[in-house]
Amino acid sequence: MLSSIFAFLFYLATAIFAVGLTYRIRLYAKTPAPLKIPTTPAPVTSAGVVGRMAREVVLFESLFKANKWTWLCGWIFHAAMLLVVLRHLRYFTEPVWLWVTWLQWIGIYAGFAMLAGLAGLWLRRFTVDRVRYISAPSDHLMLLLLIAITATGLMMKYVAHTDIVALKAFALGLIYLDPQPLPADPLLLVHLGLVLVLMIIFPFSKLLHAPGVFFSPGRNQVDNPREKRHLASWVTESDTKNRRKAGSQ
Amino acid sequence: MVDRDTLPINVLVDIPVLNEGAMKNSSPFVAAPDHQRALGFPGELVDDWQLRAIEKLGELLKKSRALQVYMDSCVKCGACTDKCHYFLGSGDPKNMPVARQDLLRKVYRRYFTFAGKHFPWLVGAEDLTRDVLDDWYSYFHQCSQCRRCSVYCPYGIDTAEISMAAREIMDHIGKGQKYCNEIIGKVHKIGNNLGIPEKALRHTLQDLEEDIEEETGVTVELPLNKKGADILLVTPSADFFAEPHVDGLIGYAKVFHQAGVSWTLSSYASEAANFAMFIGSYEQMQRVAERIRKAAQDLGVKRIIFGECGHAWRVAYNFLNTLVGPFDFLDPAYPVPQHICEFTWDLIEKGELTFDKSANDHMTLTFHDSCNVARGSRMGDKPGGQFEIPRAIIRACCNNFVDMAADTIREASFCCGGGGGLLTDDLLELRKKGASPRMQALKDVAEEHQVTHMVAICAICKSQFSKVMPEHGFGMDSIVSLHQLVSNALVLDVQVTGEPLDSLNEGQ
Repeated sequence: MLSSIFAFLFYLATAIFAVGLTYRIRLYAKTPAPLKIPTTPAPVTSAGVVGRMAREVVLFESLFKANKWTWLCGWIFHAAMLLVVLRHLRYFTEPVWLWVTWLQWIGIYAGFAMLAGLAGLWLRRFTVDRVRYISAPSDHLMLLLLIAITATGLMMKYVAHTDIVALKAFALGLIYLDPQPLPADPLLLVHLGLVLVLMIIFPFSKLLHAPGVFFSPGRNQVDNPREKRHLASWVTESDTKNRRKAGSQ
Repeated sequence: MVDRDTLPINVLVDIPVLNEGAMKNSSPFVAAPDHQRALGFPGELVDDWQLRAIEKLGELLKKSRALQVYMDSCVKCGACTDKCHYFLGSGDPKNMPVARQDLLRKVYRRYFTFAGKHFPWLVGAEDLTRDVLDDWYSYFHQCSQCRRCSVYCPYGIDTAEISMAAREIMDHIGKGQKYCNEIIGKVHKIGNNLGIPEKALRHTLQDLEEDIEEETGVTVELPLNKKGADILLVTPSADFFAEPHVDGLIGYAKVFHQAGVSWTLSSYASEAANFAMFIGSYEQMQRVAERIRKAAQDLGVKRIIFGECGHAWRVAYNFLNTLVGPFDFLDPAYPVPQHICEFTWDLIEKGELTFDKSANDHMTLTFHDSCNVARGSRMGDKPGGQFEIPRAIIRACCNNFVDMAADTIREASFCCGGGGGLLTDDLLELRKKGASPRMQALKDVAEEHQVTHMVAICAICKSQFSKVMPEHGFGMDSIVSLHQLVSNALVLDVQVTGEPLDSLNEGQ
């Protein structure tokens, strides 16, 4: 019964995550950018924009310029989360990919780093009066959610082990549509339940910053307005209409 | 009293403690019905303003990817919170860029997102009430759209885009700002912000020609509406009257004279400024820009060059081609448009200008990067040319130049405090507060390096500084035009315009 509920919830959460995110990304892609507004100095070629975006996404370049503490906590959290997620691939692959086995040892340290980064970010929400002022309940809860996921994950490693062989069978069962029982350890159920919550709220929350950054005109536009005339779909209509109006005056 | 946030990012400018509501009552005069209607906006606040505002927000979200993405993407990390000069100058937390954005974002969330519709208390969503509208009017007119915050945002969220959208919404429900809307109306009617008619403009230019001849003994022309000229100069109308702007205009004229090119001003397009950008109206911006295209066509020029003006250069450089292009009737050998600094620097590089640098020896100079030039445009063919070219020109014609602290110049430049349609006396308190970070940086180099004057390439910066500098212990003439320095030092060729310059070069 429990296994069935979790299996169902996993399919549901995956569907909401995938459909919600696709809808949002389509919306961003389809909404026109009427004017050239890159924050300058900006790259003058598309290759340059790829570089700028890469520095932004991999190194958090702008945040580094802004505030070293926020950058440090934020970067450590995100980088560690990436390692932790990659480490989890071992539950979804059989045989486990070689490079995933190499990542196992560092994934554990990454779990602690992730916790430290999140704790630092949460601490700022309380201690820096400016950040406290701008924080809504959801901003605190989001950090709490991520901390709870990380903590329960680490606890399964260091406090109360779960049957990971059975867990892996459950995970693979989800992928191959062949339901398997889920170990009924409270820590595991809380861990998985919170991950489900995270997946479901992703497309409806500020987690949209992840796809959003790639669509930010301030960062993804090439600085070439004099060389190449920039136009957006709705502009061309009003364009001709206005021109006619101006011409008749 | 000072929270340095543990690591000293702003070495020079202290971060104030929060002072809630400090600037709540700072708001500009509301546009009169006539000023509103002249631009096609409702005369006064419409009865169903709330509904219409939400409708307009929905429309803008569909029209602008920036607005849609910026509404969704903020994670409240706080990176921008200590970056706005109005926050640094006032301590009002609603002047923190993210808090300013949230004034619109909380309404967006309430009416356009699942979380905000069903759990408003959780995500800080709020109904659009009269109080919220009042906050919009106050605080979206405390943003000079300088984009400094967007430099530091990990997602490039640009508060300028959001304040433009908010002003566009307010215009459409009948709550426009007097200063901007009255001025835009004047441009539509007369051709420039100051409302100078052709006759007065012609007189002014003749007076300037006489002044130059008296001072230098050389006849330097300032032609108006000269058909068949090669270059159309479009410059902010403040250049015709205000100090130190006019000294810059004299500088452009001398450079053109020395280059031996034929050029002209236009009375129809006697304004580089385009205040429609400040109110976020694409249609108004296009109407204003259309005058420049028409003037260029009517006069049959080959090139368009813009004078020293910050937001005008952003509109010209980034938007002109989109708004009223293509400019296929101009000479394709030159970028459209060009900045006067690009033109002057090109001549300097070719060795065609000779300077007597000692003419500027009575000053020690520093350069104020105007925000719209620094973070919203470019000069030359390399990123960052907007920083290098003006400095190179200053160095070419002055002996004493010192930069201000690194975190207050270039892309990190502090706004003068008067940009974005806030250069009006009804916002003088705000302007003084907004200028204080820049003034602190200036004081620093004045004490350390005996800097006496600050150079700007923006009409708004120049007007703002000549007004607020006396408050900070500087003379109102300590702000100078870049081409004023060029004008001071340029060795004029006494030969008739158009002659080769070889004789001059031999003299060196």
